[in-house]
Amino acid sequence: MLSVLNLECLRGERRLFRNIGFALAAGELLFLEGKNGAGKTTLLRMLCGLTPPNAGEIRWQGEAIRRLGGDFYGQLCYLGHQNAIKEDLTPLENLCASTRLADEPIDEGAALAALEQVGLTGREDLPCRYLSQGQKRRVALARLARERRPLWILDEPFVALDAQAVAWLSGVIGAHLARGGLTVMTTHQAVEIPAASTRRLRLGA
Amino acid sequence: MLRVVLHVIARDVRLALRRPADVCSTLFFFMLVASLFPLGVGPETEVLRRLAPGVIWVGALLATLLSLPRMFAEDFYDGTLEQLALAPYPLGLAVLGKTLAHWLVSGLPLALIAPLLGLQFDLPPEALMILAFAVFIGTPALSGIGAIGAALTLGLRGGGVLLSLLVLPLYISVLVFGAGAVDAAAGGLDPAAHLFFLAALAVGGLAFAPWAAAAALRIALE
Amino acid sequence: MTAHERRTIPFEGKNGNNARMTSFTHLYKFSAPAAFYPLAGRLIPWFWGLAALFGAIGLWLGLAVAPTDFQQGEGYRIIFVHVGASWMSMFLYLIMAFWSAIGLAFNTRLSGMMAAALAPTGALFAFISLWTGALWGKPMWGTWWVWDARLTSELILLFLYIGFIALTRAIDDPRRADRAGAVLALVGVVNIPIIYFSVTWWNTLHQGASVSLTKSPSMAAVMLWGMLFCALAMWMYAIAVSLIRVRGIILERERHANWVKALLLDRAKH
Repeated sequence: MLSVLNLECLRGERRLFRNIGFALAAGELLFLEGKNGAGKTTLLRMLCGLTPPNAGEIRWQGEAIRRLGGDFYGQLCYLGHQNAIKEDLTPLENLCASTRLADEPIDEGAALAALEQVGLTGREDLPCRYLSQGQKRRVALARLARERRPLWILDEPFVALDAQAVAWLSGVIGAHLARGGLTVMTTHQAVEIPAASTRRLRLGA
Repeated sequence: MLRVVLHVIARDVRLALRRPADVCSTLFFFMLVASLFPLGVGPETEVLRRLAPGVIWVGALLATLLSLPRMFAEDFYDGTLEQLALAPYPLGLAVLGKTLAHWLVSGLPLALIAPLLGLQFDLPPEALMILAFAVFIGTPALSGIGAIGAALTLGLRGGGVLLSLLVLPLYISVLVFGAGAVDAAAGGLDPAAHLFFLAALAVGGLAFAPWAAAAALRIALE
Repeated sequence: MTAHERRTIPFEGKNGNNARMTSFTHLYKFSAPAAFYPLAGRLIPWFWGLAALFGAIGLWLGLAVAPTDFQQGEGYRIIFVHVGASWMSMFLYLIMAFWSAIGLAFNTRLSGMMAAALAPTGALFAFISLWTGALWGKPMWGTWWVWDARLTSELILLFLYIGFIALTRAIDDPRRADRAGAVLALVGVVNIPIIYFSVTWWNTLHQGASVSLTKSPSMAAVMLWGMLFCALAMWMYAIAVSLIRVRGIILERERHANWVKALLLDRAKH
C-alpha cells in the first residue's frame, strides 16, 4: 500500500541517505533504525509529505502522495517528536482539540475513556503544565486509542513512557496492525509488538 | 469546512484567554504609543487633533505587529503546526481560523479602546465613532497580511525585526484609508469612500492572505 | 504530416508522454545551472558592450544635443538618469516576481537564483531613482524631499526590495530561502498596485506638493530618445550584472557538484 522508490535526502551539503526503497503491505510494521542524525525523523517527515524528497517518490496505493494531498492526509496519523499539546490546556481539552483539528472530533465520553486507557484518570482537568514528561507523552498518545486511519507514522513513541504505558502502546499498535493497518516507526528501545510481519530498515549503514 | 475554521478559532481564543496578560500587554502598548506623541509634540489641542488619526492608526499598526510573532510560533515549536499541515482539509482554512482568532484577541480590543485614545486627542464625537468603526473593519486586513509575514519569518533568528521590515510596507494602504476616514469625519466630510476601501482590503486580505501564509508555513515546515 | 509526427501518433499512451517530456527537457535545457553557467558567461561581454554603446548614445543625446530647458536650466538633465532608474526599479521587481512564480510552479532551481540575483540591482535602481529625485528636487522645489505620490511609492518599493533581500539572507537553507522569497515577491507584486493607488489617493487628498517630474508638455523628441537610450543602457547593465551575480550564486550552491570541481581544476591548470 505504501511504496517508496529511490528516496534521496540532502541536508545542506550532507547527503543523509539515497536509494531508499521499500514497499509496505497491510498489517506490516517497519522499524526505522540508525544512529542519531542518520535521518530517521527526516525520512518519517518525507513519508508524511512534510519534507519533499530531493529525489525519488512516495506512493500510497499506487498514487504519488504529492498528488493525493488531503486525500492522503485523511489516511495518515503522524505523531512527531513534539507532543503537539498545549501546556495551558487540560489533557481532556488537548485531546478534544487535537481530534477536532484532525477533523475527526470525538465526544467527551470517548475522550475520557481514551485518557483512562493511558492511565490519566484523575488528571483530566489538570493543566498539562503540571504533568510529567511521560504523562504529557501519554496525552499525545491517547489519540491512538480511537485512531482508525490505516497508516500510522510514529516518531519515537516510547520515549519517556514507563513499563505499563509501553505495554499499552505495544498492544494498541499490535491491534492496529491486526486490523490491517500499517505502521512505520522509530524507537531506541527494544519493544515487543505483536505483528504478522515486522521489518527493519537501517539508515546510514 | 466551516467547522474546521470554527474549531481553530475556538481553540486559539481559549488559549489566549488562558493567558490574558499577552492580550493586555498589546493593548497597553497601543495606549502607551499614542500617549507618547503629545509628550513629543506638545499639548496644543489644535495640533493634537490634526495628528490624532495618523498617530492612533500608527499605534494600531505597531500593536498588531507586536502580537504577530505569537500567531504561529508556539504551534510551530510544540508540533501542532505539523498536525495542522497534515490535516485532511486545506491548510489555508486553518490559517484563516488562526487569522480570525488573532483579530478577535488583538484587532477587536484595539477597536474598542481606540475611541478612548481619540478622546485624549480631543477628537469630535462623530470622528470617534468612525475611528472605532475604521479600526474594527481595518484590523482584519492587518491580521491577514501579518499572517503572511509571521509565516515567512517563522523560526528565523532576528525574526521580529525582519517581520516588521516585511509587513509594515504592506500595511501602508490600511494606514492611508484608515487615517483618511477619521480625518474626513473630523473635517466634516463623508468617510464612506475610505471605509469602503478599508472593507475591501479586509475582505481581500482574509480571502487571499491565508493561502499565501499557508504556502509560507509549508515552506517553513520542510 | 511529417515523418516525425506520423511516428509519434500511434504511441499516444506512455510513449506520447515520453515524447512530450523530451521536448520539455529540451525547452528547459538551460534551466539546469550546469548548462546555464557557461551560456551566461558567453553572454555577459555582449551585454556590457551594448550597455556601453547605448549609454554613450544616451548621454551624448542627453548632455550635448538636448537643448537647455527654458524653465529649469541645465538641472533638468538629471532626468536622463532618473527616469530610466525608476523604470528599471519597477521592471526588475516584475521580473523578480515572474521568476518567483516560475520557481514555485515548476520547482526549477535556477529561477530562485535569478530572483536572488535581480534583487540587489533592483534595490540599487530604486535608490538611484530616489537619490536623483532628491538632487533634482532641491533646486526645483527648494527641498530635498516632498511627499509626492511617485517618490513615496518609490520609497516603498525600495523597502520591498530590502525586505526581500533581508528575508532570503536570513534563511540558511537555499531552497527554503528561494521559496520563501518567491512567496514574498508574489505578495509584493500583488500589493504594489494597491499601495500605489492608495498613495496617489492620499496625495490628492492632502494636496501637499503634487509636482510631476515629467510635466513639461513639449518634451523634445531628442530628449525622449536620450531617455530611451539611457534606459536601454540600464537594461543591458542590469542583465549583465544579474548574470554575473547568478553565476556567483550557481558556483556557491553547486560547489560540491562534479562539473564545478572539473571547472575549477580546469581553471587552475591555465
